[in-house]
Amino acid sequence: MGNTIKIKKGLDIPILGEASGYIVNLPSATTYAIKPCDINGLIPKLEVAVGDEVLAGTPLFHDKKNDSIKFTSPVSGEVVAINRGAKRVIKEVVVLADKANKYNQFEKGNPSQMGYETVKNTLLASGAWTLLRQRPFNIIANPEIKPKAIFISGFNSAPLSADVNVILQNESSDFQVGIDALTQLTEGKVYLGLPAGKPLCDALGKVQNVEKRFFSGPHPAGNVGVQIHFISPINKGDIVYTIAPQDVVVLGRLFSKGVYDTTKLVAMVGSGFKSNSYVKTFTGANLETYVNALSNDDKLRFVSGNILCGTKVLANGYLGYFDNALTALPEGDDSEFLGWLLPTYERPSASRTFVWLSRIFAKGKADGFEVNTNMHGEERAYVVSDEYEKVMPMDILPNYLIKAVLANDIDAMENLGIYEVVEEDMALCEFVCTSKINVQKILREGLNYVEQEA
Amino acid sequence: MKAIKDLIERIKPTFEEGGSLHMLHSTFDSFATLLFVPGHTTPNRGAHIRDGIDLKRTMITVVIAMMPVLIWGIFNVGYQHFLALGEVPAFFTKENLMYGLQVSLPMIAVSYTVGLGVEFAFAQIRKHPVNEGFLVTGMLIPLCLPPHVPLWMVALATVFAVVVGKEVFGGTGMNLLNPALTARVFLFFAFPTYMSGDNVWIAGQPDGFSGATSLSKIASAEVMPASGNWTSTFGWSVKDMFLGFEPGSLGETSVLMCLIGGIILFATGVGSWRIMVATFAGGIIGGLILNALTLIGIGADNVFMHIPPYYHLLMGGFAFGAVYMATDPVSAAQTRNGKWIYGLLIGIICVVIRVFNGAYPEGMMLAILIMNVSAPLIDYYQVQGNIKRRLARA
Repeated sequence: MGNTIKIKKGLDIPILGEASGYIVNLPSATTYAIKPCDINGLIPKLEVAVGDEVLAGTPLFHDKKNDSIKFTSPVSGEVVAINRGAKRVIKEVVVLADKANKYNQFEKGNPSQMGYETVKNTLLASGAWTLLRQRPFNIIANPEIKPKAIFISGFNSAPLSADVNVILQNESSDFQVGIDALTQLTEGKVYLGLPAGKPLCDALGKVQNVEKRFFSGPHPAGNVGVQIHFISPINKGDIVYTIAPQDVVVLGRLFSKGVYDTTKLVAMVGSGFKSNSYVKTFTGANLETYVNALSNDDKLRFVSGNILCGTKVLANGYLGYFDNALTALPEGDDSEFLGWLLPTYERPSASRTFVWLSRIFAKGKADGFEVNTNMHGEERAYVVSDEYEKVMPMDILPNYLIKAVLANDIDAMENLGIYEVVEEDMALCEFVCTSKINVQKILREGLNYVEQEA
Repeated sequence: MKAIKDLIERIKPTFEEGGSLHMLHSTFDSFATLLFVPGHTTPNRGAHIRDGIDLKRTMITVVIAMMPVLIWGIFNVGYQHFLALGEVPAFFTKENLMYGLQVSLPMIAVSYTVGLGVEFAFAQIRKHPVNEGFLVTGMLIPLCLPPHVPLWMVALATVFAVVVGKEVFGGTGMNLLNPALTARVFLFFAFPTYMSGDNVWIAGQPDGFSGATSLSKIASAEVMPASGNWTSTFGWSVKDMFLGFEPGSLGETSVLMCLIGGIILFATGVGSWRIMVATFAGGIIGGLILNALTLIGIGADNVFMHIPPYYHLLMGGFAFGAVYMATDPVSAAQTRNGKWIYGLLIGIICVVIRVFNGAYPEGMMLAILIMNVSAPLIDYYQVQGNIKRRLARA
């Protein structure tokens, strides 16, 4: 482990409601939906209509800009709804699942011997290709361009995130096959970022044909973007792919069994759940069953993904396409008397102005803070400097980058490193911001702008 | 508490669009949010939880950090007054306190009322929320003025600071210069007789009494003190100067109290320790350079150049400026290395102005303002450095 990369800047936020390692058996969700809005830059073109019967692996829609990129159904059953939003934008394609999943069969075999074209075409045909994401911009990987390298982060450092060791338990062989498939897609290397000095499950510890790199330090050490920055940073013109560990397993199943099987463990985290554990389900699962079984009936917000960069979903909504955590936390829509001066309850903060208070309010620190969704203040102009810098481990000046985005200055955005970051990498900046600026939203606008113009 | 909340909810419609008092909605909002942090929740996408810190808390921390210098200043105003009358008072006495309050409270009241009045008016016209920055500026203005200054000048300077120093640039966060120093520099050049000399530093100073500060004493000193005994030049020992027993602007005299404030700013992380350390280091370096020049014969007859460097940190507003003025995050350099350069140059330039420009015995104000203007340039080169590193690795 001589090659440990030490991340110095960042912030670990202890929050109540981490998932414990066990899996609860709950009845499966009955409906599943793919939401095009989960995928950056996608314009969906439907391939099914309401009433069509589909198998797991049958295309539901494809990308209008590249019709080989197909999004397929995670389950077999009947397309029961195509929900549209403003301007008839497709928001959800909903499939009512059969009792037992029936799968489309794809070519199976050892991907190491299949060659680039066959591996790529199998991935595209099955829909598994859409699990690969491309940096810069965090969009669906472009099959026409071979990436410089492929990066996988083998651990999550964000608060209340799923434990990769749990997610990959008993998945060693499929994980290895998935890695073998990935090595076919690039002339470069496949990198796996791992936590330094922590126990690893078999899948991560014994996997071969990858370049392992070890990281220590606070969040965002587990963000793949941060790992890329330290391993082989993205320069202008570079393209790399990233993929999440649970999706590598999906790739593995495709080649070992010939089916598009998105079975995954989803962590149920946050203080809004009575118990915090994992449930086994498929991509895009309806959340109602799980929410009803596990949550308290307080006024809660459900977030698909992690608490720092996820998306709010309704209690009867659907899990996000890439997400493997569902967070429930209380809405903080109560006003607080002199809350800025004398907070009435503990709250996490990177600011030392709270240190003397947390002594007074200290309780249950070991489990972490019980948090809510209150903004704890109003939006203001930038005043405080060197605040984002403390939680940004990359050699990037976050404040200047965000200001370049606000000024719509593409040259400045390029120069200041916009190709290296996506929303999750600057989520901590948004959390710590004294001026309550929505950093991630601004960054996404900048990424979209650069992508359009470039 | 519930009653206040209900009251706010009840009168809220009056201030909303179409309400009879809509013209005062910024004012209403600022008071309502001061009492109750609103129940606004995070957006649907992005960080769903937010840090407990906000600008109100940041700013009030700075105000708290100014309390030591304010309290010392109030006593010192009384102390200097009775000293000038020929009495030999103790320091922490009720008389000193009462006299000090009588002088300083009106200054603070005028600064806050006038400043907030202008802020509210601008917020209303420009349709932006009232920013908390003035909580700090409103306290800094009286602290950096001589106690003898008339109240109408405090009012005028405050208006100038808020309008020209801040609002013309777009409000808090956009200003180039430190607003409180803008107020001071305005008075300094518009009404020099009220802002410098030997007759402004003691409130209620009797005619014929010279209330010279250490800076004016050393600037006019013509003979080197015998055997390096500088106490005879100043009339105060190093300890007295450090503790703050000399006349001066309301908040600037006690270096000890400034350091306590600096420790509060450092401990809470609200003020940049880099800037504070760099500024003090700059003062020492500046003093050492001047000492060194005298050794090679340059300016050997200028007494001020011979002074041991640490005296620069004890005299005038150096410590006050380094702790409370230079650290203003908006007008200071924003990058980490930039902060070091910015602070060092403030210290050096301050010493240079003090020693070589007889017209401005207090160099701190001008040094900080010069560096406020230069900060974007420093940052520009820091940012270019970052960009060059990125291009170099491609």
